Amino acid sequence: MNTKVTIAGVEFKNPVMTGSGTFGSGMEYGEFVDLNKLGAVVTKGVANVPWPGNPTPRVTEVYGGMLNAIGLQNPGIDVFMERDIPFLKQYDTKIIVNVCGKTVEDYLDVVEKLGDAPVDMLEINVSCPNVKEGAIAFGQKADALFDITSRIKKVAKQPVIMKLSPNVTDITEMAKAAEAAGADAISLINTLTGMKIDIHRRTFALANKTGGMSGPAIKPVAVRMVYQASHAVKIPVIGMGGIATAEDAIEFLLAGATGVAVGAMNFVNPYATVEIVEGIEEYMRKYQIEDINELIGGVRE
Amino acid sequence: MKQKMTAKVYSQTEIAPGIFDMWIETPLADEAAAGQFIGVYPKDKSTLLPRPISICEVNKKDGMLRIVYRVAGKGTGEFATYHEGDMVEILGVLGNGFPVAEGTGKKVVLMGGGIGIPPMVELAKELCESGVSPVAVVGYRDNKLFLKEDLAQFAKVYVATEDGSEGTKGNVLTAMDENDIQADIIMACGPMPMLRGIKKYSEEKGIKAYISLEERMACGVGACLGCVCKTKKVDHHSHVNNARICTDGPVFDAEDVEI
Repeated sequence: MNTKVTIAGVEFKNPVMTGSGTFGSGMEYGEFVDLNKLGAVVTKGVANVPWPGNPTPRVTEVYGGMLNAIGLQNPGIDVFMERDIPFLKQYDTKIIVNVCGKTVEDYLDVVEKLGDAPVDMLEINVSCPNVKEGAIAFGQKADALFDITSRIKKVAKQPVIMKLSPNVTDITEMAKAAEAAGADAISLINTLTGMKIDIHRRTFALANKTGGMSGPAIKPVAVRMVYQASHAVKIPVIGMGGIATAEDAIEFLLAGATGVAVGAMNFVNPYATVEIVEGIEEYMRKYQIEDINELIGGVRE
Repeated sequence: MKQKMTAKVYSQTEIAPGIFDMWIETPLADEAAAGQFIGVYPKDKSTLLPRPISICEVNKKDGMLRIVYRVAGKGTGEFATYHEGDMVEILGVLGNGFPVAEGTGKKVVLMGGGIGIPPMVELAKELCESGVSPVAVVGYRDNKLFLKEDLAQFAKVYVATEDGSEGTKGNVLTAMDENDIQADIIMACGPMPMLRGIKKYSEEKGIKAYISLEERMACGVGACLGCVCKTKKVDHHSHVNNARICTDGPVFDAEDVEI
């Protein structure tokens, strides 16, 4: 039985990854799951300098999910390279570094610094809804996405995944812009912009007022967008959004995803990633599927 | 080692209006200490995240943890319906806990306000066991003095009430003044205005104070960066002036945090 998938020439032992921002750099959840069992660890977004993030409250629960407005707090690329990459190198898993920035130059700075680092892929965050400058500004207009993708591709030494925002009118237009600019893969969906109001205090639940919604409640939207995007482009798609179980992950594979990422559900079930790896294998045995690649885009029209 | 596991409710009683006292049978008791907390998961799948609830008492011999919590919303509302024998998913043990050893040979004053009182019970117990006789100053809204008798087993207790129905009218600091209580070290948990007051009080008097902070949390294990507090110095982990309450805290030296 083969569970290996290949994305932009990088071979993953299985398609299960972690959603950026929900798993740190693996240190915290390494206490719960064996990181060696994961296809890849996708790190929390890292910028060229440390970012303090947003004021609290930064998280709040909503029906079937949560809103977050962390604001990409991160220690900056220098600390990340000294601490987080060596930590992850101890494990037999692929390393995908999520990169964020306020300006194109910020992104390029990080991408250049990672040039000689032992990381397998870069995921470019142009879809975080919680920072005022940069980030999502590059991910909501096709021409801006094309521009930043091409500039990053010029300096990147590793294959580049562009992480797309669902907060757009037409996801296929964004997927095509990333592909046309040379992206090696796309990942989606980032969180859906949401809001919650505390009716007793008459205040916003989050200090940032708006936050990104994640969790099982967003899964149907994510499956639809992964299906649409994977049919619009030839480059591989990494699917995410509300994945809680192996069944959910398989749905994304069938919709067209080559890789799948577990995000907010890590908070609910710290063992979710490894349980999903095992659950996919069980499904393959049940349906006598020899090669996981048979499942990718395998939904019957 | 932190883990998520299924545990059994040993008992539950409502000890004051909306305040519930639950004993849970779990091997996590082995590793638990004063000031730490557990995440408790509601069964209703529309409410996904673990609820951080402080540990009120640890019974290592019988493998049990006691939590005392206020019903604040849907999740805690569900917990309040649990009975003896019901199963509950918990995550723990979380957080750093109070530095009990620092109390040795000192006049230790514990301060608890409202639903910040529960962790003071285990703290008073552990201090007693280490040979310290603590004083506990506890603040309530009214004369529903939950856990006062539990505390009295391990500490000399002074009460403050907002409505003046019992003890000193006012807050824990009013009670400190009124009873002329001296402290070498303060360990506290309670609402933010109380903790701000204690930080100021301890700075003015040159007393060491350890305060347990609270914030909206998602993961409880240090990954999501949801529950941060501002720190005076650049934090060793975040490399900005933010520490994670769930893992670097919830107990902080009051001097180190900006609240």
